[in-house]
Amino acid sequence: MTAVDDHPALEIGKARRRKEDQRLLTGRTRWTDNIQLPGMLHLAMVRSPFAHARITSVDTSVATQAPGVIGVFTGSDLDGQGLIANAWPLNEEQKTPDHLPVAVDHVACAGEIVAVVAARSAAAARDAAELVDVDYEELPAVLDAREALTDAVLVHPELGTNRSAFWQLDSAEAGTGGDVEAAITTARAEGILIEREYRQQRLVPAFMEPRSTVVDPTGEQIVMWTATQIPHILRFLIAATTGISEAKVRVIAPDVGGGFGGKLQTTPEEFATLAVARRTGRPCKYTETRSETMVSCHHGRDQWQTLTLAATKDGTVTGLKVDLLADLGAYVAILGGGVPVLGAWMFNAIYKFPAYQFNCQTVLTNKTWVDAYRGAGRPEATYAIERLMDELAAEVGVDPLVIREKNWITHEEFPFTSVAGMTYDSGNYEAATARARELFGYDELRAEQRRRREGGDTVQLGIGVSTFTEMCGLAPSRILGALNYGAGGWEHASIRMLATGKVEVLSGATPHGQGHETAWSQIVADRLGVAFEDIEVLQGDTQIVSRGLDTYGSRSLVIGGEALVKAADRVIEKARHVAAHLLEASADDLRFSAGQFTVAGTDKGISIGDVANAAWRGHNLFDGAEPSLDSDATFDADTFSFPHGTHLCAMEVDTETGATRMRKYVAVDDIGTIINPLIVEGQEHGGILQGVAQALWEEAEFDDSGTLVTGSFVDYTLPTAADTINFVTDNTVTPATTNTLGTKGVGEAGCIASTPAVVNAVVDALRHLGINDIQMPLTPQRVWKAVQSAGTDPGGPSQEAQPHFAEGALNQDPSAGATDGAAQ
Amino acid sequence: MTRVHVTVDGVQYSDDIEPRMLLVHYLREVVGKVGTVIGCDTSNCGACTVHLDGASVKSCNVLAVQADGHEVTTIEGIAVDGELHPMQQAFHEHHALQCGYCTPGMIMQALDLVRENPTPSEEEIRLGLEGNLCRCTGYQNIVKAVAACASTMETSTTARPERSAAR
Amino acid sequence: MIPAAFDYLAPTSVEEALAALAEGGEDTKVLGGGQSLLPILRMRLNAPERVVDLRRIDELRGIREEGDHLVIGAMTRYSDIVTSPVVRLHAALLAQAVEEVADPQIRHRGTIGGALVHADPAGDVGAPVLALEADLVIRGPGGEHTVPSNEFFVDLFETAVGEGELLTAVRIPKHTGWVSHYEKFVRVKHQWSIVAVAVALQVEAGTIAAARVGLTNMGSTPLRARAVETALQGRPASDVGDACERAAEGTNPPSDLNGDADYRRHLARVLTRRAVTTALGD
Repeated sequence: MTAVDDHPALEIGKARRRKEDQRLLTGRTRWTDNIQLPGMLHLAMVRSPFAHARITSVDTSVATQAPGVIGVFTGSDLDGQGLIANAWPLNEEQKTPDHLPVAVDHVACAGEIVAVVAARSAAAARDAAELVDVDYEELPAVLDAREALTDAVLVHPELGTNRSAFWQLDSAEAGTGGDVEAAITTARAEGILIEREYRQQRLVPAFMEPRSTVVDPTGEQIVMWTATQIPHILRFLIAATTGISEAKVRVIAPDVGGGFGGKLQTTPEEFATLAVARRTGRPCKYTETRSETMVSCHHGRDQWQTLTLAATKDGTVTGLKVDLLADLGAYVAILGGGVPVLGAWMFNAIYKFPAYQFNCQTVLTNKTWVDAYRGAGRPEATYAIERLMDELAAEVGVDPLVIREKNWITHEEFPFTSVAGMTYDSGNYEAATARARELFGYDELRAEQRRRREGGDTVQLGIGVSTFTEMCGLAPSRILGALNYGAGGWEHASIRMLATGKVEVLSGATPHGQGHETAWSQIVADRLGVAFEDIEVLQGDTQIVSRGLDTYGSRSLVIGGEALVKAADRVIEKARHVAAHLLEASADDLRFSAGQFTVAGTDKGISIGDVANAAWRGHNLFDGAEPSLDSDATFDADTFSFPHGTHLCAMEVDTETGATRMRKYVAVDDIGTIINPLIVEGQEHGGILQGVAQALWEEAEFDDSGTLVTGSFVDYTLPTAADTINFVTDNTVTPATTNTLGTKGVGEAGCIASTPAVVNAVVDALRHLGINDIQMPLTPQRVWKAVQSAGTDPGGPSQEAQPHFAEGALNQDPSAGATDGAAQ
Repeated sequence: MTRVHVTVDGVQYSDDIEPRMLLVHYLREVVGKVGTVIGCDTSNCGACTVHLDGASVKSCNVLAVQADGHEVTTIEGIAVDGELHPMQQAFHEHHALQCGYCTPGMIMQALDLVRENPTPSEEEIRLGLEGNLCRCTGYQNIVKAVAACASTMETSTTARPERSAAR
Repeated sequence: MIPAAFDYLAPTSVEEALAALAEGGEDTKVLGGGQSLLPILRMRLNAPERVVDLRRIDELRGIREEGDHLVIGAMTRYSDIVTSPVVRLHAALLAQAVEEVADPQIRHRGTIGGALVHADPAGDVGAPVLALEADLVIRGPGGEHTVPSNEFFVDLFETAVGEGELLTAVRIPKHTGWVSHYEKFVRVKHQWSIVAVAVALQVEAGTIAAARVGLTNMGSTPLRARAVETALQGRPASDVGDACERAAEGTNPPSDLNGDADYRRHLARVLTRRAVTTALGD
């Protein structure tokens, strides 16, 4: 009988300070833009100022003659420049326009590249870019997603329509629930129907490091350094769309300064740099300016959500119908319509809804293309349902926590298969909510709210609730296959046992601030029983880690972490046989714990480091033994993981100016087993503020001609330290049952949960004035106008507060809100 | 071309440069101080913050020729003999960085903040960092690190190059 | 991010600088602290052929008292104004407003003269300079002349400083003993003012003897809110009534992403009331 191994958790759960920090703190970081190569050329892009135009001619003759210029290239000069691919067509019928890195004869959004200047210095390239003379025939542009549906103006005339794809999930059809139309009919007759339209404004990911790419075409292999989240996917798509052999392409993501989804694209800039480097035969570098980032990096969100929530009079939800109109911008990006569709399984959130239907129409417009931004589909879904649950609570006349408790899955009910067909493995919403309530001082703040309301204070107080769940660990390959996604969702890891006892850990997940070096070291240290300090993590280079599917969708730990465990276990299994030979014992009698193999019933033992050294020397191994303990593993999950949490937010609203101020924020997240609480806390803080920023500050806005007016950090208002407060964070833990470590993922949690918490709080502060919605971001002007219109028409719906409602749309009609005619 | 003499992290450099060259480009491309980074083009983000004669400036918003005859301290000049500066140590200790791109500027501004106000309140720290954007941390641990450092570092920043009389 | 090429001169006297301007002609830009000019050059919104840097001209820097006036050299940096005890004593409003300009790094470099000549109506220096009834000292080929602040701001980004001229100093009548406050309204801290109000009040025996109110970003230039001033004058400090309701009279505020003109007018009224209240120490 095999002795039982164990892996005492000495590192997991410990607030280890990060290994990454030393170089980042001292300025010894390797950002892509730091790289200088002999003879390197610098590129500048000539970009379209028009949202929609035909390129009639590009005259590069003057620019070519400018000092320091080596070449100027248009789209038609760059044969084999490759394609920007969509990896997730929603169905066979999806309309997907061709997306060339450098446009040839047609531009569909402002900022598209129409020519590339290569010069000996960045200054010379920029100077010459101004000398490229492009003639455009400006075409009518369609900027509004709803207008685009009419096809009056076509973004890509050759497609014949702006509608890209339609995708539906219906619980009755899928057999996971009832008929939503029946639930709505019943609620209209005898229950409560909440009908709302919410706007998910467009956001800019706004990672701090502008994107940069260096391509070295010299030598046998083409090497690309690039500020990306997805070096492996990029390598594959370079090979797949340019015809260069995959084995001849090495992509390196050196230190990458943030991504938040914004760097999970394969970009026109990367392909253009590659094409020009190949064409000139010289190393080339392109680093964008922030203004270029703003307009050319994909944007996030941009949805119109039409929602119908059916409930009984007591507030038990009987059905939810979701109609999404998702603006893709000018092209279908790598995930494209897949981003809004990721919300399909999340609108029902933590609740037991008996009937559900999700419809998503994606549409093209002449604006910057849209793709994943922190949360990707799930924040939008969470926003909608958490806003609706507050509206339902108001309708029923109970506390928003009560309405949630009435509808949520109780902890005894796990595993629970949702109306969208997802099986949630574990969770405890009651525990997280109880803890959040306690930390928040819920009852005291409610009492203060009442006092301010009764006293008619200029500054009103509101409390917002957000009880969320998300699906993490993107994604089981079989599910991705069923969804028509072009790749799998596994992750790869290798462990190399070095002769000196050190351990190299290779992971296909590529970090950009998450602290993988530290967390992976903690996991492997416990699994192999080696010292945290003796582990080196290698990543972000397709030549060092040949297999990988990179970092997005809160997958690194849940999928990549499990691959590490599996690789470590293989190392242990190999080592066990070598150790048995060295200890002259049977492998079955060896017990492995804390880095030591011991023989049951004796004091004989050997450390895994010594076994590794013995294997390296190879002098004394059993017959047929392989002189290596190194092991690989590729892990593919069976299902997702489902973190959840309860966030409570108190907002003060200055009714005189419309200014809002956060008073208190409490987040209790259940993300399963915590590897490093310090890193978890950091992810929560940053995620929460990004979500708060959507609620209060950020929006990418275009003018009528399709120019991005929030095109720099002057107008795209990111919060500073002086605009926010300290959040109170805590965790409850119900381990995931779908991976060995019990982890669920944390990268997106804060960002998913916080947006509705803030908006719910502001609406709650003003609800007594008859306000039940304000469009995001909640600018002081919007809040003030809501207060103004409420004051002039007490009890009625606020038109000023809801300028996002289409003419004749749901909330325009006061009587459409609730069938019992209660005040809105 | 204009000749400039600039002391960077204690070393004197003389270079012929174009007058249009920004200090941050001079530091990165001519002197090789790539620890100082560029995050925006409107001088909002503060990633490029360095000290010019002991006071914080955004090096994207200064021409290299304007630094002629002056002293620049960058993130690469504050650790002594491989020992992290107390502010760097505090950022490490309190997990005040994630991707680390804003960190050099954030630390240089934090040093300026405690130089001008050795015992800042939380609000004063937040206001003192209003010119530095971070997208990862939500600022919370940065504020914590600066507060912790301010209370422990006592006089260690005053040992750094002081503002010259020229200002 | 890289400015277009230009010739660079760093004269050491005002005379040399004026000569450099005269020789350079209209494609010449004056570089003060550079905190407004450099972003413009980097974005290539302007591409001058020549840049005349005033950094070596010592006579343009410094704060001194001249009888009933404070004289602040045009090249005096924000941070030096904020920390100046004489400014706090005699023109506290200016220090209060300058403290709100951008961020500490910008305040270490930016100069009062640069900001005034740039004349961005959303900038925080114009309103207090108007409210404090400063005079602006301008030197040109024809010699020196002084322009009162109410004639200094001509239009958007346009001042009384003509081509070939330099603003050399700001002369501020001492407002010793006045109470003041600068109330700035922004969505996020590093923004330009959506609206801001500069208020200075002289209170004698519980009565507002004199009131000066300047408005930021309520028109194409910084503005004086004279109707409010008149309404405040003579009122008891303990009850200013609805005087501040007149704050938006005669303004023509812009409409943009941060607010439309109506909202700005409303803000001007509320912020003026709050500034007055704060100045009066309520």
